[in-house]
Amino acid sequence: MAAVSRSRRAKLQVFRVVTFVVLGIFFLGPIWSMFEFSTRGVGENAARTLDSWKAIGTYPDLVAGIIASLELAAITSIGILVVLVPTMVWVRLRLPKLRRAIESISLLPLTIPAIVLVVGFSPMYRWMGINLSDSILTLSFAYAILVLPYAYRSLDAGLAAIDVKTLSEAARSLGAGWFTVMWRVIVPNISSALLNAGLLSVALVLGEYTIANNLLYPNLQVEIVTVARSNAGVSIAVAVASLLFAFVLLVALSFVGGRRRQSPKATERLVQTYARDFSGGTR
Amino acid sequence: MTATVETAARAGVEVRLENLQRRYGAVTALNDFSLTLAPGELVALLGPSGCGKTTALRLLAGLEEADGGRVVIGGQDVTGLPANKRDVGMVFQSYSLFPHMVAWENVAFGLQMRKVGPAERKRRALEVLDLVGLAPVAYRYAVQMSGGQQQRVALARALAIQPKVLLLDEPLSALDAKVRSRLRDEIRRVQLEVGITTLFVTHDQEEALAIADRVGVMNAGHIEQLGPPTEVYTRPASPFVAEFVGLTNRLPGTVSRGEVDVRGARLPLVHSDAAEGNAVALVRPEAVAMTSEGDIGDGPLVGTVIAVAFLGATSRVTVDLGDITVLAQLPTSEAAANPAGTRVKLVLRKDPVLIARDETGTADA
Repeated sequence: MAAVSRSRRAKLQVFRVVTFVVLGIFFLGPIWSMFEFSTRGVGENAARTLDSWKAIGTYPDLVAGIIASLELAAITSIGILVVLVPTMVWVRLRLPKLRRAIESISLLPLTIPAIVLVVGFSPMYRWMGINLSDSILTLSFAYAILVLPYAYRSLDAGLAAIDVKTLSEAARSLGAGWFTVMWRVIVPNISSALLNAGLLSVALVLGEYTIANNLLYPNLQVEIVTVARSNAGVSIAVAVASLLFAFVLLVALSFVGGRRRQSPKATERLVQTYARDFSGGTR
Repeated sequence: MTATVETAARAGVEVRLENLQRRYGAVTALNDFSLTLAPGELVALLGPSGCGKTTALRLLAGLEEADGGRVVIGGQDVTGLPANKRDVGMVFQSYSLFPHMVAWENVAFGLQMRKVGPAERKRRALEVLDLVGLAPVAYRYAVQMSGGQQQRVALARALAIQPKVLLLDEPLSALDAKVRSRLRDEIRRVQLEVGITTLFVTHDQEEALAIADRVGVMNAGHIEQLGPPTEVYTRPASPFVAEFVGLTNRLPGTVSRGEVDVRGARLPLVHSDAAEGNAVALVRPEAVAMTSEGDIGDGPLVGTVIAVAFLGATSRVTVDLGDITVLAQLPTSEAAANPAGTRVKLVLRKDPVLIARDETGTADA
């Protein structure tokens, strides 16, 4: 019996390693190819060079695009969490009958292609440009809608893993006001969900092209495409850098999240949620 | 113990729930509900699911708003105050410890809300944990504690803020029988030691009878009977109370001249003014004795033992009288002498009995 169990464990281990290696090649292969391309010298048998990487700073529009995208990622992530967390908690506590409706509305952007969203956004942004501001940072409104389904799913899984009602009532009976309940009780217990929602938002914003390009805002992806027309090497270098940045961010957040205590139930639900969302290949 | 002294200084206020009304759509959860808790008293609200007992407790806690009526704590009308301003401590049915805090931090949370300094609130949290015998687990997270320990920490957390009232919402129902019994005694010990006015909600009659100074049996949004446990058990005010609290035999009989005739045995009535005629007498199993010695012959109270359930010191014997079965609760030694299949004669003790409506609808209620 023990031998059979050992054999099964060994097979499972081999399966894990093979899966890890195959997927690693699948993900890292293209990145390596991009890095290889961005470090090619000019001419046959030319030595490797980091000229394309060094040249990134010489494209002011590209640098501005990078900064704008990072700002947009930060504003969108924080904004969506500030709006969504209290709303979802409130709906769970006071308006549970509205939960399905809120969920449907939140998931709606998944079903609408980005180019269709642009058609809707255009008149709004035209009006905003004239009456409020034409700053690229106003794109964060559009991005908030774009990341809404992913943030909602992530937070919903986190909230489902804790007894929001009992915890908030316990805190209330101990003298806590609603802000304290939210900040001291709910938020620390859904920190993994918050991190995941934030990460998804950052990744999505850093990779967004369609809306920015069609609304004529030069974010990172738009600038990469623009630079690619004159210098493919620099364009690819920036693309690799942004991918590595997202990767490093993911690893950093997973380490931070891993140190926090999370129930198996929460992890399971989150995995199920992502599996459901991404298997649909919605965006 | 310092914590006890500090808490006792504020404990023991009178609590009044006056004519409370609460409706959920078309359903009336509480209907003109009134209850007064004397200072330092522990009252248990007992009743089936949906009878309104938890609603009453939540209205007192401020976790729900009443449609009508008043809540008065220590002479102050708190009806309009939110939960965080009412100064009540509450222990919930489900484990409600904050998962990201260790035990002492959980206990200190309420003190922090009251602006107690860090050193002082840690000292007091550890003291109250000591009061409930949990000082050794002060640095453990909820997931590192058993269910019983979690509920004791929750009790400590509720007591640490020195509330005017302690509310216990079925705090033992998620625990196994042994832990439940131990924690029940622990709650009573701490409550007596602290002297705090306490409302305890449960659907477990044994729990309510064992722990409370007075038991309120609730049905359909109102209290059917409120009194000391022995009175509720031995002199139930209504058929509902008699049948909800403890086991009861429903024996057909006839009421006449202030007594009820049950298969030849005449039993006194709790309410001697019951209408005459067919009736159902509610007889406790412990009021039924039996004999199998000598020639028991035939008769309306002679039957056959069909089951004996061992309960420890006592056993419950089921006797088939032909048309009905009767439960008798006897000392185990006595029950052992009458195993299944034994012909026995039942003897009904002349305790006052309550009359319920006859199945045929011909008796009084």
